Amino acid sequence: MDSKQLYQEVILDHNRKPRNWGKLVDPSHRAEGVNPLCGDHIWVTLKIDSGNIAELAFEGESCAICKASASMMTANVKGKSVAQAERMVREFREMATGKLDVAHQPNQLGRLAVFAGVKDLPSRVKCAILPWHTLHAAFSNQQSASTEGEADPMGLPAVKLNDD
Amino acid sequence: MSTSSLARQQQAEPQAPTPAGFNLASVRAEFPILRAQVNGKPLAYLDNGASSQMPQPVIDRLIRYRTSEHANIHRGVHYLSETATAAYEGARRKVQKFINAGEEREVIYTRGTTDAVNLVMHGYGRAFIGEGDEIIISQLEHHSNIVPWQMLRDEKGCLLRVIPCNDAGELQLDEYEALFNDRTRLVAFTHVSNALGTVNPVKQMIEIAHRRGVPVLVDGAQAVPHLKIDVRDLDCDFYCFSGHKMFGPTGIGILYGKAALLERMRPYQGGGDMILSVSFEKTTYNVIPYKFEAGTPPIAAGIGLGAAVDYLEAIGMKHIAAWEHELLRYATEQVGRLEGVRIIGTAPHKAAVLSFTVQGVHPHDVGTVLNEEGVAVRTGHHCAQPVMQRFRVPATVRASFAFYNTFAEIDQLVSGLRRVRTMFG
Repeated sequence: MDSKQLYQEVILDHNRKPRNWGKLVDPSHRAEGVNPLCGDHIWVTLKIDSGNIAELAFEGESCAICKASASMMTANVKGKSVAQAERMVREFREMATGKLDVAHQPNQLGRLAVFAGVKDLPSRVKCAILPWHTLHAAFSNQQSASTEGEADPMGLPAVKLNDD
Repeated sequence: MSTSSLARQQQAEPQAPTPAGFNLASVRAEFPILRAQVNGKPLAYLDNGASSQMPQPVIDRLIRYRTSEHANIHRGVHYLSETATAAYEGARRKVQKFINAGEEREVIYTRGTTDAVNLVMHGYGRAFIGEGDEIIISQLEHHSNIVPWQMLRDEKGCLLRVIPCNDAGELQLDEYEALFNDRTRLVAFTHVSNALGTVNPVKQMIEIAHRRGVPVLVDGAQAVPHLKIDVRDLDCDFYCFSGHKMFGPTGIGILYGKAALLERMRPYQGGGDMILSVSFEKTTYNVIPYKFEAGTPPIAAGIGLGAAVDYLEAIGMKHIAAWEHELLRYATEQVGRLEGVRIIGTAPHKAAVLSFTVQGVHPHDVGTVLNEEGVAVRTGHHCAQPVMQRFRVPATVRASFAFYNTFAEIDQLVSGLRRVRTMFG
């Protein structure tokens, strides 16, 4: 694929100006997400009120794909119920790994479909998925998430970068 | 090769002062993979530090072995076994001459550099290093020359001491000297930094250790493809390197060790080929190098490594070093001139490695966009996280060159980096 298809303007924009950046002072749920091999590292904090996501924020150090994915995630799940957000977590993961064709199968992802192209770049899939794993971990109050092997809370097979 | 990439190469010729006796076009023609197109662009393979490509003579040698020479070595009395044994042991002799080792038995086949370091950790470290003893390593090490020693530390209760580096990426020799005491048992450092390209003054560093009677292991994985190595001139006690970074196959590497040390060491793994006799009461180990070579080895890879040595010697390490010096000079100048680019590792004495960051853009995004332009670079921490911590960066982009690279490929890298700046600017 052409990287222009992945680095679309909306992704570049969220990378430059991430939404909901920071940490909530008094969160009800939180988690830290790490991709140990590539160094992406983010924190997600949430306030959940009667099963709804009242507030959430993220910050960290990561590549553009991870940061834009996190920014768009926060913008899209805010105000939704935990159950709706969990469904989006599942659909996003399926889209990024090529199991969900967003153009032809029903889904709740909306504008998040801009990340569909990442399925053609296996080494970048986990960059896009990390924020969603971290959100999922925060819901279940696991303190940390990772896209590597055993630590993967969603049972996704580890995607490893080449090592030299 | 596509006509477009050939034309580009010819255009670059006037800029590129190749050394006399070195014909870049004919060298490139011997590497079939360099004719590949990636994403519709000619491949610019600048990830040689991770793994280099194989020339046709090495590929042909592997095919010949697999087609007509394969059997297990050191076993049968039949024709094929003897042919395979002769080729495999012949490759050992080629390696011995290539690094100027005194004796064939000082050249031990391993799976690679990592395996060689682990062999010394198990065979020497576990036998001769105990609680309260100290090992000196450096800030510039690849994880494979850190983690085995940490495993030994955790098992034995010994200590690791680290030689610091300065802002240019050079090891501080005065601080190195100050790390020695009467508990220092081993020094282990890299010849060339994989993350930064710094060439360490290994001969001088070995001399400093030997004055105190301490043996030295050198990780030569990034040095052997670029520099003429003479283990007797260096006087190192152990020297480790990998076949696949010197234009040979993966799965094979070398541990050079001084015979007197190797003989005192424990075997690394037990099994066939490493024994003289076995009964349930007692086993007598084989002599070196076989004591360290249990089981059936990657025979083809060993023979392929021998062919890679022949290939490098035919080109000449002097020519290789001279051309790579030009490539590094040109790349440093062209990449260094780009706005927002910070070169990490600016030692005056470097091998052909250029590590850098692009302001405001994560290295993985740089790598993905460069890939779109046909440029293969490594992005990440390069298995050298302590180096990244020293320079306060999470990761870098690394272009690492081989003698088959061209100025045109560096231009392709630079134009890709301009596109990165435009996209993320």
